[in-house]
Amino acid sequence: MQDFFDAFQQAFALIASGDPELIGIVLLSLRVSLTALILACIIGFPIGALLAVSNFPGRRAIILFFNAAMGLPPVVVGLTLYLLFSQAGPLAVLELLYTPTAMIIAQIVLITPIIISLTRGTIAGLLAEHGETLRAMRATRPQMVMTLLREAHPALLTTAVVGLGRAFAEVGAVMIVGGNINHVTRVMTTSIALETSRGELAMALALGIILLIIALFTNAAVYALAPRSRELAHV
Amino acid sequence: MIRFLPFLLAAPAFADPITLQSTTSTQNSGLYDAILPAFTAESGIEVQVVAVGTGQALQNARNCDGDLLIVHATEAEEAFVADGYGTNRADLMYNDFVIVGPPADPADIRGTDDVQAALSAIAAAEARFMSRGDDSGTHKAELRLWAPTDIDPAEFSGTWYLETGAGMGATLNTARGLNAYVMTDRATWLRFGNKGDFELLLEGDPDLFNQYGVVQISPDHCPRANLTDAATLRNWLLNDGQEAIAAYEVEGEQLFFPNAD
Repeated sequence: MQDFFDAFQQAFALIASGDPELIGIVLLSLRVSLTALILACIIGFPIGALLAVSNFPGRRAIILFFNAAMGLPPVVVGLTLYLLFSQAGPLAVLELLYTPTAMIIAQIVLITPIIISLTRGTIAGLLAEHGETLRAMRATRPQMVMTLLREAHPALLTTAVVGLGRAFAEVGAVMIVGGNINHVTRVMTTSIALETSRGELAMALALGIILLIIALFTNAAVYALAPRSRELAHV
Repeated sequence: MIRFLPFLLAAPAFADPITLQSTTSTQNSGLYDAILPAFTAESGIEVQVVAVGTGQALQNARNCDGDLLIVHATEAEEAFVADGYGTNRADLMYNDFVIVGPPADPADIRGTDDVQAALSAIAAAEARFMSRGDDSGTHKAELRLWAPTDIDPAEFSGTWYLETGAGMGATLNTARGLNAYVMTDRATWLRFGNKGDFELLLEGDPDLFNQYGVVQISPDHCPRANLTDAATLRNWLLNDGQEAIAAYEVEGEQLFFPNAD
């Protein structure tokens, strides 16, 4: 119990101190995960919607693939990207290993399948409801995608929040491709892993509490930025 | 806050920093935080430390994902050089391994300084023993210590001999949880924050000597590596850096003993 008490005490002491090291780590975490989320949404929303409204050979196989990819272990994604970005790998010229960019790419790979699969499910549900109307209006496929995506707005916001959660919480992939380099690629989760390996369990837990607080604020901000969703969320 | 803005806005803000592939004990013990700022101030060279197990550090360096290597497995380092991946291996510093464990000490090893006798006693008592099991420098050293006992601990893997496949700190945490004996380098142990009631039970056998070496990445194998700056760091570590290493203490105890030629 003492550890939990120490952890909360340390968490608030750290927040109160405004430690520049901690602020740097928090800002890097936010930058990496939010960038990954935005890019994953840009890729995932249209693909998910297209998979819902179109019908072509191999569609079910693709859906199955993205569903399965939701369970990708972060460590496998990290290892694969390491082998690609390593100086001995095919993409060495990009010089991405041990950079925040590599961490963003890793998180995009991890969360895009989630965005695609959840979006497809949402849009498929809406299509069952409004498909007749849209077809009666002779909407083209791109028009259908746009209309349905707009209609699905609140659910897609939840989808984005799920993706952000996975990105924020992930440690295996960013540890390998980022290298947990102090002041360069050290984020909240890799700091927690480092403190754990130092046996500083209260400190590790304190960082975990701060991560949770940041996740709360980020989620609140996401909902606040989209006020329309509040009323629609009850539908 | 302001000093973080450059790297937050543009990723490659440092002017060509060098990447040091390192074993975890040197990082976890706080050594780099203590000595590297002086080097950076003097030379203007930024050092980025990637701390992984010795096995992984050697593999990363084989892939040219680093400019300099600090690990602790002399044989593996020499093989690394012989295979053409590295050059200019030098002794950097040493400390020693110790065996820590629960105060109840079920195999009764406290106070002995014969590590082989202690390991045999642990095996005879079938007392839990945590191994790194990750091909790290510490793991290799541990396997070398078992060899003369004629006990093959791998045969007992999963019974009393438990391999975590994880770093030193994670393995120490696991050993605490299972009340198991564990071999660790002294530096990591001294700095470890989760000792609980665990005690240092065995130390002082010359076999427990733990040599750290510095190896440069071979320019023939990795022409793109930042070799000039890496050589500058190597030279500093083997000269001025030796004093800085000796001066680093935790709770009044020196963690690493410089021994460059």
